[in-house]
Amino acid sequence: MMRRKFFRKATTVLVSTGLLAGMWKKARAKTPEGYDPSLHYYGMGIQIDKCIGCGSCVEACKSENNVPREPFFFRTWVERYIIRKDGEAAVQNIDERLAGSRDVINEKEIMRSFFVPKLCNQCDNPPCVQVCPVGATFMTEDGVILVDSERCIGCRYCIQACPFGARYIHPETMTADKCTFCYHRLTREMLPACVEVCPTQARIFGDVRSKASPLARFKRMNKLHVLKPSLNTEPKVSYSELDGEVR
Amino acid sequence: MINPIPDKLVELLSQVSGYIYPNEIEVHWSILIVVYPYLTGLVAGAFILASLVKVFNVKELQSVYKLSLLTALAFLLIAPLPLLFHLGHPFRSYEIFLNPNFSSAMAMFGFVYAWYLMVVLLLELWFTYRRDLIVWSASEKFPMKWIHRATALFSTDISERAVNFDRKVVKAITIIGIPSAFLLHGYVGFIFGSIKANPWWSSVLMPIVFLFSAIVSGIALVITLYMIILPFRNEKIDMKCLDRMASFLFYAVIVDFSLELLDFIHRLYESEESIKILSELVMNKLFISLGIIQVLLGMLLPLGIMISIKLFRFEDELRKLLYFVSVILIQLGIFATRWNVVIGGQMFSKSFRGLTTYKMDITGLEGLLMTLLLLVLPFVILSILFKIFPPWRETAPDGGSAVAIDRG
Repeated sequence: MMRRKFFRKATTVLVSTGLLAGMWKKARAKTPEGYDPSLHYYGMGIQIDKCIGCGSCVEACKSENNVPREPFFFRTWVERYIIRKDGEAAVQNIDERLAGSRDVINEKEIMRSFFVPKLCNQCDNPPCVQVCPVGATFMTEDGVILVDSERCIGCRYCIQACPFGARYIHPETMTADKCTFCYHRLTREMLPACVEVCPTQARIFGDVRSKASPLARFKRMNKLHVLKPSLNTEPKVSYSELDGEVR
Repeated sequence: MINPIPDKLVELLSQVSGYIYPNEIEVHWSILIVVYPYLTGLVAGAFILASLVKVFNVKELQSVYKLSLLTALAFLLIAPLPLLFHLGHPFRSYEIFLNPNFSSAMAMFGFVYAWYLMVVLLLELWFTYRRDLIVWSASEKFPMKWIHRATALFSTDISERAVNFDRKVVKAITIIGIPSAFLLHGYVGFIFGSIKANPWWSSVLMPIVFLFSAIVSGIALVITLYMIILPFRNEKIDMKCLDRMASFLFYAVIVDFSLELLDFIHRLYESEESIKILSELVMNKLFISLGIIQVLLGMLLPLGIMISIKLFRFEDELRKLLYFVSVILIQLGIFATRWNVVIGGQMFSKSFRGLTTYKMDITGLEGLLMTLLLLVLPFVILSILFKIFPPWRETAPDGGSAVAIDRG
């Protein structure tokens, strides 16, 4: 009798554990029918010398992705670096909405100046994916880091873990939000909005594994660098002519 | 509904110095995340004090054993609340159990917490109180009789064999409990220490510093409670017990101080890329909370007081007063430590070029009032626990007797 009771209890425990384990699900991206993610692995190149700081990419991104208009939420933004003659660097976000809060630097003090577009680096070794307690932040098969807003609990650990400041809490959904490389466009064979609108083609998008593409050419023709390489996050966004002042 | 955050952020804009990434203006982990490690630290510290009695047989501390355990329980029950209230989606918090991401330090919270609460604290308390509960219930009336019978899980065996078994189990649980307490708070330190993106947090010493500051705050709390409760109960403070607790506190403060000093010297000596912005952070934004409150008032002053107590043999009354002042200062200092880690770590930009500010709300889920409530709640729970499981109520030493002596 004892043995039978024991087995009955053990079966109940096993079945309920199995049921609980069955509820464990990985977050997945929604893709249109016919799209095969295994055929792609996306990355971006940014030619700093080509960026004119027009901010079209920022506006396109905000419109395309329902990013709040306020200047505290960006999936992509553009920084202006001003290197003074004494070697000191001043950095500004060129967003129009922040114009009033910027210091004006005397033209005569400036040695050189350049723009740096910033966005999520879509790291291959992403700290945000590592720290998300519920697996709401995940990497797709084609190499894009996404957030499942229906699973995200809004703990903000990913925001703390991102070295590039690429994430924010969306004030409407109260979940983490970030650049997706416009994943909804990619899966329909379109370019990310920021790439599409860039008037100087400073942003080059493509498959990092392709041998003949604008991105492959960009990689072949330039000396490249990534942001904060010492952190070993392995960004898939690389920069040409990146100045040592840029972090 | 759109959250009213943007208005608050516009206000903050004028207080930003230098350059910060645009998404960084909001301090994402608020005062509630300061409260969370503060509370768990008190739990771990109080438990470790209790363990000294059982594992290392420190007899002078016997009278604070149950008090420490109940304190640990009261604070542990409230510890997850600040985390829960802080979430953007508190109702999805179950996801952390259903879909844990095993590479996330935070995902382990539920398991570490459940282990500590269920396997360590509740079990140890149950085996500690089991005989008392049975003996008490024999001479009590409804409803206390039933509460005590139920909490004893209707066990009735108070034979010597059973009581001896309880004692052995308590010792075994305590032995498991010490590493568990280390795990609980070391783990909280790891949540911060493992963030490589943040040089203020990223340190292998972080879990150990958290642990020792936890021990410091836990012992200081039990001393405070002991010194407040006993006079209220018209009982005399046992100076041997108090001296011994203060002695442990003194050594824990020295270790804690040394570790923090080591961390500070190490950072300064290595002088990495972030050193400029961190110096600016310490000298501007954290000058009062770190320099004055944490180091001067919360560490050096109490250390000085305790050294002088050890050097000069002050009389009991003066010693009590000095101890009391020290533990209050230490408590303030440890809260400031948590503040400096959590809030301090978010006030500088990861571009290392600028600083932002944290403006605490008064009302709301993450406001000052909620914080005060969360800091008071453990004491409310503790007073309820005192009513149900009075730590000072003794039973007759003989295992078979059902006579209870209530000194209260």
